[in-house]
Amino acid sequence: MLTIKNLHASIDGQAILKGLNLEVKPGEVHAIMGPNGAGKSTLASVLAGKEEYEITGGEVDFDGKDLLELETEERAKEGLFLAFQYPVEIPGVSNINFLRTALNEIREYRGEEPIAAKDFMAMVREKSKLVELDAKLASRSVNEGFSGGEKKRNEIFQMAMLEPKLAILDETDSGLDIDALRIVAGGVNKLRNQNNAIIVITHYQRLLDYIIPDFVHVLADGKIVKTGPKELALELEEKGYDWINDNAQTV
Amino acid sequence: MEAVANSKVSAFVENWSLPAGNETLRAEALQALKGMDFPTTRVEDWKYTRITRITNKTFHQSAMTLDVKPYIIPNLEAHVLVFVNGYFQKNLSTILEGDVITIADVNDLDNSYYTNVLEDVDENVFSLMNKAFATAGVYLTIPKNQKAAYPIHLLHVSTGERTVANVRHFIQAETGSKAEVFATFHSEGANDALVNVVFEGHIQENAKLTINKLQSEEQSTFHIANEIFVQDPSSNFEINTITIGGLLVRNGLNILVEGENCYTELNGVYLGKGKQLLDNHTFVDHLFGNCTSSETYKGVMDDQSIGVFNGKVVVRQDAQKIQAYQSNGNVLLSEQATVNSKPELEIYADDVRCSHGSTTGQLDEQAVFYLRARGLSEKKAKELLVSAFIGEVLEKVDNATYRAYVDELFWQKFGWQF
Ligand SMILES: Nc1ncnc2c1ncn2[C@@H]1O[C@H](COP(=O)(O)OP(=O)(O)OP(=O)(O)O)[C@@H](O)[C@H]1O
Ligand SMILES: [Mg+2]
Repeated sequence: MLTIKNLHASIDGQAILKGLNLEVKPGEVHAIMGPNGAGKSTLASVLAGKEEYEITGGEVDFDGKDLLELETEERAKEGLFLAFQYPVEIPGVSNINFLRTALNEIREYRGEEPIAAKDFMAMVREKSKLVELDAKLASRSVNEGFSGGEKKRNEIFQMAMLEPKLAILDETDSGLDIDALRIVAGGVNKLRNQNNAIIVITHYQRLLDYIIPDFVHVLADGKIVKTGPKELALELEEKGYDWINDNAQTV
Repeated sequence: MEAVANSKVSAFVENWSLPAGNETLRAEALQALKGMDFPTTRVEDWKYTRITRITNKTFHQSAMTLDVKPYIIPNLEAHVLVFVNGYFQKNLSTILEGDVITIADVNDLDNSYYTNVLEDVDENVFSLMNKAFATAGVYLTIPKNQKAAYPIHLLHVSTGERTVANVRHFIQAETGSKAEVFATFHSEGANDALVNVVFEGHIQENAKLTINKLQSEEQSTFHIANEIFVQDPSSNFEINTITIGGLLVRNGLNILVEGENCYTELNGVYLGKGKQLLDNHTFVDHLFGNCTSSETYKGVMDDQSIGVFNGKVVVRQDAQKIQAYQSNGNVLLSEQATVNSKPELEIYADDVRCSHGSTTGQLDEQAVFYLRARGLSEKKAKELLVSAFIGEVLEKVDNATYRAYVDELFWQKFGWQF
């Protein structure tokens, strides 16, 4: 589904991604861990099409399409979803109004009819229940005045509404209390199937207790320096990242 | 201003004829004009608004008529008074039956009463030209303790080459009365046309007056508005100004709050494209205590358009316990667009609560990216953000029928949806 080969990206002339390789297949969950500033969010932003980043090398194939050639919105319509580490507040833009627009743009791209208002509202009710997002929040301005945890829930609510092929969750667990973590992770698990895939960026094993990954990658200094099974996350939590640099290897 | 015997002003009005009626007032205005010249950008109040685009041309009075159906506000049951090039069009106007209000000619206004009410107001060269040469206008009275049964729609259209519309309205909101006025301005096939309009009004004790103003002329017209309102104690005045048309628009809004417990609300939205210059000057003068004024103006400027906002609030020494809020926000959609924003608070009383803020910036790039990452096109994302930005001001328009009309207009003109 997603094949990243030797990806290099920089911002303001400073190289951040330095030859990153990653392969994600349908049905898989990949966890990416790594020290602060390693380039995890950069990878997410580059995949989502943020224009500030300059791609200086490599290629990304998304279901047969050259992802890096697509506009941000085209990537979304192709089924890529990014749950932001820091979701922005957008005063005056109603959450559900914008989601209806987004959903309909995606449907139009797929050659489908716009969703009927009634069906849409039913969908909002169903999906907000999935992450136990207060229905009032669903209709408020995007993230405006939301608590940290509510913002993260709102990201997963949007994911549920848009049903992406590939979702990248950038530290969706940070800011969630233990109950919220269980709820949000439960929501994500319900959205999993053999046709979609998830990349989970996190610092903590606790999320991976709920969303069980098929692979755990360590991203350090702009590269994937180690890949292992889910047990690797436990090992990282115990030992930190320093030991990897000493005997760096990619599996 | 310097006194020039044969000034540019007299050349400007040379081929205009003095309409009949109100001779004394016209003569006084002409007299006052004699020593005057047009303001240059060296005059503080006109610093950012160069009017040579207007004053190096001459305009002529021209009574014309046209079909005004396209400018009627759909579904609004209102008295409609039509002015084309500043001339009243009786045949195109509709006065509904059974209302308490009286609609008369502005020339019927009692002269001494008029001068009395407005004695403290400064005139400028445009308001004086208007006073001397006004071809038409209503003298609207909402009688004591009565509510107007229908809104009053003053519909203005300009048409033709180099035409001038000098129109002047006076609204008399008597004690305890209530009314809603719509003033809309359009143009059709107008080229270098000038609208020079004056609104004046007296909002007496406990009266409430709401004015919704829409400027939607073609980008080949000039529009100068002087609006002067005097508020008596416990009165309520609200004016919402939406400016989406005109090449050069200057709104000069003066409100004298001459009594305690008054409420004053001024809201404005201006949207500039091309080479438009949209200037809003407002002045709220608090002479008495225990009043509230609230002002919100928002602009969205595209292309090479220029926005000007100057909001002056004066709280006089005896005006204690005033709450005066003012905010001006601007979004620049292009790198060539500019805004000159200047909030001015002059406070001479010590027990007041005042705030003002002015912001000018681009649309939030992070927000644009966020929306695009959900599948919205860049255009759609920006539209949504612009709508949200000005929607906050549009929400202050209470009349749902008019609001729907404005929404439709924005949709047609800009593709923006609310
Ligand atoms: N606009 C920018 N200009 C310069 N450097 C930047 C910019 N944005 C990010 N960086 C740098 O890129 C590096 C990677 O940042 P990134 O946000 O991808 O890290 P991360 O792995 O997500 O870290 P964290 O775990 O803290 O979220 C950091 O050193 C950061 O300072
Ligand atoms: Mg990060």
